[in-house]
Amino acid sequence: MIKRAIALLLLLAVGALFASLLAGYVPDSELNQTARYYAERTAGDIGAANIVTAIVVTYRGLDTLGEVTVLFITAAIVGLVLAQGQPALPHTPRQLRPPVGELLTTGSRMLTPLILLLGVYVFVNGHLTPGGGFQGGAIIASGMLLLLLADPLKHFSHQLISVLESLSGLLFVGIGVLGVLFASGFLDNRLLPIGNLGELFSAGVIPVIYSLIGLKVGAEFSSMLANLSEIDKTDKTEET
Amino acid sequence: MISLAQMAMATGFILILIGFYGALTQRNLLRMIVAFSIADAGVNIVIVAIGHMRGRTAPIIDAAVPVADAVARVIDPVPQALVLTAIVIGVGVTALMLAYALKLHERKRTLDIARFTELKW
Repeated sequence: MIKRAIALLLLLAVGALFASLLAGYVPDSELNQTARYYAERTAGDIGAANIVTAIVVTYRGLDTLGEVTVLFITAAIVGLVLAQGQPALPHTPRQLRPPVGELLTTGSRMLTPLILLLGVYVFVNGHLTPGGGFQGGAIIASGMLLLLLADPLKHFSHQLISVLESLSGLLFVGIGVLGVLFASGFLDNRLLPIGNLGELFSAGVIPVIYSLIGLKVGAEFSSMLANLSEIDKTDKTEET
Repeated sequence: MISLAQMAMATGFILILIGFYGALTQRNLLRMIVAFSIADAGVNIVIVAIGHMRGRTAPIIDAAVPVADAVARVIDPVPQALVLTAIVIGVGVTALMLAYALKLHERKRTLDIARFTELKW
């Protein structure tokens, strides 16, 4: 009981802090200096219609590389943690799952290609529309999740996933290095012509990089899902 | 008059508090993970709300936002780029927590945090 009271007291203090922040908040009426720079220069320098994409992929491209690396390490640790070590206690027999049902099976067969297509559309158009590699990759992984829900015993090819992931990561870094050699810096997008604002083939290498990020993120999330679901499968094969 | 940004910010703060409360009081590991995800969503909402400006539109240059006029028409793109990163890292953190929870459950066949006493003092 006293623990709960302490928790509530702590929350009250944090809540008071938040309330004073909220009460003292005055929204800006003008863009600040950084934002103004991005808003002014993006169209001319980068050629991407979506300013957020220009920031994520080119202005702060190095940070995005770091982010993708963090995601890669996470996927690797999830695989490592789940793969190693024997359970200390003997397995309690799991009851077999009920069948997933006609609706989900048929629905997943119809929807998965469409979901994958939407994911690809979202990351290819990342420089024009509110989308991009991370969002598209997450959509692709949600298609994989649907497949796993429809058939929990489905096995994804880990080899394919890891080849796809390392290849796109390697190409991402390779394009960055090419930017040093042939354009003005690491991950510079002016490796390819900037083109006309608002067209699919514009903004230099941004669509290429974001597609690679999309593939990589999709592969990483899929490998996390596959690893989390396969724990169950090994249980089942041990029982049978 | 409460603006949209203030409403969104208040929602975000409330979500953070709900998440903290859940993380502090729940005993079940899965519920704690859900609580952390809620707090995470709250933080993201607050950051996006900070970037919002009255009467402006999304930072995408198109027919509605001509290039010459962009500075006066778009909201701050930097918080949105930050949140894009934060969401992705949040998913990674959640996946890690779930993997550890699964492993812990495999060891002790329970998700009750009170049963894990190895590091307790």
